[in-house]
Amino acid sequence: MKAERCKGFSDLSPGEMRAFRLVEDVFRDCCQGWGYDEIRTPTLEYLYLFTSIGTLTPNMLGRVYSFLDWDGWSGERVVLKPDGTIPAARYYIDNKKKGLSRLFYVTNVFMFEETGKKSRERWQCGAELIGVNSAIADVELVSLSLDVLRQLGLSDIKIKISHAGLIKALLDSLELSPEEKTGIFLRILEGDIEALDKIKAEKPDTAEAITLLLRLKGKSSGFLKNIKALTSRNMEKLSVYLDNFISVLEKLEKLEVDYRIDLASGKGFEYYTGLIFHLSIGQTVIGGGGRYDALIPQMGGKAIPAAGFALYMDQLMKLIDSEAMAEFETNRITVKIQPDALNTGFSIAEILRDFGFAIELALDEEQVSEYGWLLEIQGCNPVFSLTDKSSGQKSVTDNAEDILRVLGCAEDVA
Amino acid sequence: MSLNIALPKGRLLSDTAALLESTGWGVDGYNEKLRYYRLKSSKFPDVNIKVLQEKDIPIQVAIGNYDLGICGLDWTEELLVKYSSSTAVKIADLGYGEGALYAAALPGELSNLEKLTKRKSNTRIAGEYPNLAEALAEKLRLKHFSIFPLWGGAEAYPPEDAEIVLLPRKSEKEILDVGLVPVCKVVDFRAYLIANSNSLKSKDMADILSSLTCNINSVREFPKSFSIIKTMEKPEKKSYTKISDDVVRLALPDGHQQSHVCRIFDKVGIKVDDYPSQTENRRPTSNMEGYFIKVIRPQDMPLQIANGNFDLAITGRDWLIDHKYQFPNSPIEEVLDLKYGWVKIVAVIDQNLPIENISEWWQYCSRNQITCRVATEYTNIADRYVRDNRIDRYRIIPTWGATEGFLPEDADLLIENTETGGTIARHNLRIIDKLFESTACLIGSTRKINNPVKIKRMEDLVKALKNAMEAT
Repeated sequence: MKAERCKGFSDLSPGEMRAFRLVEDVFRDCCQGWGYDEIRTPTLEYLYLFTSIGTLTPNMLGRVYSFLDWDGWSGERVVLKPDGTIPAARYYIDNKKKGLSRLFYVTNVFMFEETGKKSRERWQCGAELIGVNSAIADVELVSLSLDVLRQLGLSDIKIKISHAGLIKALLDSLELSPEEKTGIFLRILEGDIEALDKIKAEKPDTAEAITLLLRLKGKSSGFLKNIKALTSRNMEKLSVYLDNFISVLEKLEKLEVDYRIDLASGKGFEYYTGLIFHLSIGQTVIGGGGRYDALIPQMGGKAIPAAGFALYMDQLMKLIDSEAMAEFETNRITVKIQPDALNTGFSIAEILRDFGFAIELALDEEQVSEYGWLLEIQGCNPVFSLTDKSSGQKSVTDNAEDILRVLGCAEDVA
Repeated sequence: MSLNIALPKGRLLSDTAALLESTGWGVDGYNEKLRYYRLKSSKFPDVNIKVLQEKDIPIQVAIGNYDLGICGLDWTEELLVKYSSSTAVKIADLGYGEGALYAAALPGELSNLEKLTKRKSNTRIAGEYPNLAEALAEKLRLKHFSIFPLWGGAEAYPPEDAEIVLLPRKSEKEILDVGLVPVCKVVDFRAYLIANSNSLKSKDMADILSSLTCNINSVREFPKSFSIIKTMEKPEKKSYTKISDDVVRLALPDGHQQSHVCRIFDKVGIKVDDYPSQTENRRPTSNMEGYFIKVIRPQDMPLQIANGNFDLAITGRDWLIDHKYQFPNSPIEEVLDLKYGWVKIVAVIDQNLPIENISEWWQYCSRNQITCRVATEYTNIADRYVRDNRIDRYRIIPTWGATEGFLPEDADLLIENTETGGTIARHNLRIIDKLFESTACLIGSTRKINNPVKIKRMEDLVKALKNAMEAT
């Protein structure tokens, strides 16, 4: 029998898990610092939560892992969670939450990918701010996401900002069927401005104005004010969305957040209704989020506005500083205990664990790690021999306290 | 180099036979009186031809048992819509067997797409195409839906037991003829030549492909999927009366079980009119007061009882067990053993293998590192059986009848029912284990019924049948 891993799924090695935990811990600390509470939603959800208009796009739905579970006699299909936001919204409704709720989660999401070369299981850290629709709430989410990334030691973060409400209002000015509107909206979010080509032939003036807006890229709220001045003559309905957009951007500017307006910027969810933002470093998209005021009422809840974001852990794990990981390795001590020093050996291992070291008992001659320290203990009246594995420097003593001093715990010992 | 091609039984058989005839394949025995599954072509002597149920062909091509296959596009799409990365690929539209898979509903609110999409209550979609049904629900963006896979007789389900049914028909008129209206075309279909993509990459099949496609008209319109129908015609109005709470809903089996049911009913004085029906009437009336009867497939009954669509049904214990293995919490139970239709469910292998029992078989698989392919109509029974035997690696291959034709080329083990073992022996196969015995039985729901009139009516029927059983 060949022991094979399922196609399209990945193991996380001990090294990757250390990076995973580092990202998770920083995210959790930051969210808690901003007053968010952690939740965990189940891996299985009912499929229908994701199918109605305003949830997942048909393209995404065609790739979910849906099936009948043991209770499937009712014909009800379940799905391996393809998204973190919809289950969080379901949690809010299901638990009869009222008013403001700040929630965060770390979860895996599942989406089929044909070649099996990319992972079909992805991990994300998500935060949802439910119960309020204001520019400052949007700014809070952008700021929290940036806080996490900075705490992870990441820099050169690029933020692209768009506005789903504005794009939808632009499309509303055209006479399109709901299906056409949704299709064009999603293509625009994916950066495909050519989606408007068909309309150009039928309504050239309106389409030209929309294309102009979509093609322009700017870096300040002033840019949007200029656009408002140019377009408000023809499209009054736009001004409410433009005002909201300008308000968010002005606040980000006050906080000196560097962003770029790009209406056709990167993939989005059909449920977005307001601000959308995408975070990237170089060419790697590392997260994104947006406002989804219609989702909770759409799912059967009350008219509760909400917004949220997710950071893509699989990408972040590859980007975080290797020095942070190396620190973990240098805090590792391999302890080799001779049979005549068993009690002493186990006792000192326990003490060192209390000081925060990772203690690995040497079970054979094989060297476990090339980083960190090697501590050898032998004799009824024990002799301690401590070697820095990277430099080869060795200290020998019969006093356990000396060992602690060499390891930098001198003050604590004193 | 030998090649394997799967040809269809059923609706496409005569046109496919005509295609092969016109291109000089010289296949003896491929006609409506089909007697053998394995055939040969005088023009292509190296080609192994097997005749399969149309529904089985895309699966068999995808798993690599066949290099080529001919079947309706509806069955290919049923596979590909769920398993888009499968190795079954569409090669050519063969231009015959035209029709469409329609989503159909009763005239009124349910046939209005806009209203259907906005519907908040559960929309039940029934049919033989569960994957396309799910794709349809997603395409229509239904807010809440359930899908009921069926073995057949979908047209009988609306309005009591499903809101939408998927029906393959030649034209919209055929949908109107059964009292329904087509809501949308799920897929236009014709006979298609399909291939295993790995075979296409690695085998020279040029002569065969040319031969099968030489007469194709290249300007044919490509079939459409999920297209909306705006029909103005209305079906002949049928009256559906609401079934009151005290009426017992009884499901009777179609197919070969009908004569047995009639014989038992005769003994207790029950007369069901037009059953068996020459006109495929699925709603016969009877002399039982307070009973509503529908005729459906026995395989579909457990799911229907579980969902409360029927109160009682007559089916085989094998189908009840298969259902319970898939859904252990399903609220159904056996009410009465009807003691006819005795079969045993058995594990079957190729007679030529030097193996006498099931433990030797598993040792043989383990020793030869065989990923055991288990072909069966009873997918859940087979899955449980193989799992309970702690087998390393296996595949369950669902079939829709004539499973005995799968050994030895297309499967390693069958889980099959047999009465005398005659068919199994005739196909040069050997029974190596008996899983259990099955007879027909009356099944019902474990849910509490609150209507005393209905309870009395059900008790009366069960008592009468029980007495008849004891008298025999």
